[in-house]
Amino acid sequence: MTEDLALKYSAVILVTFIGILAIGMMLVANFLLAPKKKTLEKALPFECGIPASPFSWSQIHMRYYIFAILFLIFDVEAVFLLPWILVFMEPITMSPWVFYEMVFFIAILLFGIVYSWKKGMLKWK
Amino acid sequence: MSGEVIVFTIISAMVLFGALGVVSTKNVGHATLYLLITLGSVAGIFILLLAEFLALVQILIYGGAITIVLLFALMLTRVDEFSSIKDAVQRPVAIVVSVLLLGVIITPFLQETLGGQSLTESNLRTLGHELFTKWLIPFEVASLVLLVALIGAIVVGRDD
Repeated sequence: MTEDLALKYSAVILVTFIGILAIGMMLVANFLLAPKKKTLEKALPFECGIPASPFSWSQIHMRYYIFAILFLIFDVEAVFLLPWILVFMEPITMSPWVFYEMVFFIAILLFGIVYSWKKGMLKWK
Repeated sequence: MSGEVIVFTIISAMVLFGALGVVSTKNVGHATLYLLITLGSVAGIFILLLAEFLALVQILIYGGAITIVLLFALMLTRVDEFSSIKDAVQRPVAIVVSVLLLGVIITPFLQETLGGQSLTESNLRTLGHELFTKWLIPFEVASLVLLVALIGAIVVGRDD
């Protein structure tokens, strides 16, 4: 491993440890400071004010799954944007077409959004 | 022991912890969260191998999206049918398959010719150059594959 990269990622490692430490301290402080008296209301799972649903694992509607798939596909697209940005900023070494290459890539995926829009999948009915 | 070895040991322990959790827990929801630990830790191994793009893909796509889709797929099932994993029938087959897979993984390490060139610096920029010049057609075909997946999901998931 090069020294440069180790230095760069030592920040990531530091943030990871601080994050673990912060959560651990919150749990310990909660354990030490919180009153231990139990009531029935406190035992309920907090569900933003509305009465809790009978099962923690209720069956969800199919349309959530379509949105998850849409998210997955545009996540893949977003990952490809990153190496594109790095070379897009170098117009000398790259051909000027590199911009339109990505536009074409997004245009194909845009057809998918138009298709799902036309099929009414984006409507929350 | 160098710093690289220490980091590799910690990350490998996390990968194994998550992987063992996936196969040992009875709750499929917990298994998915254990899988998240494994996928995130594999991103650390990719960074140690100077493959930053793969680490990015591992965190954004596998850690972010695939786990979410898995959880959504689990929540689509009915809880009374799949409250715990019932795989006792498949266990003998699973043992055979995993032993074969272990053989496939170990074989390259037993052979001496593990050559290949080792990287000395991170190569995200080089990857961008190659992707948008030499591998342009496969890159554009990838968007078509994604489109097919999207339309397939919509056709399968429609109400009517």
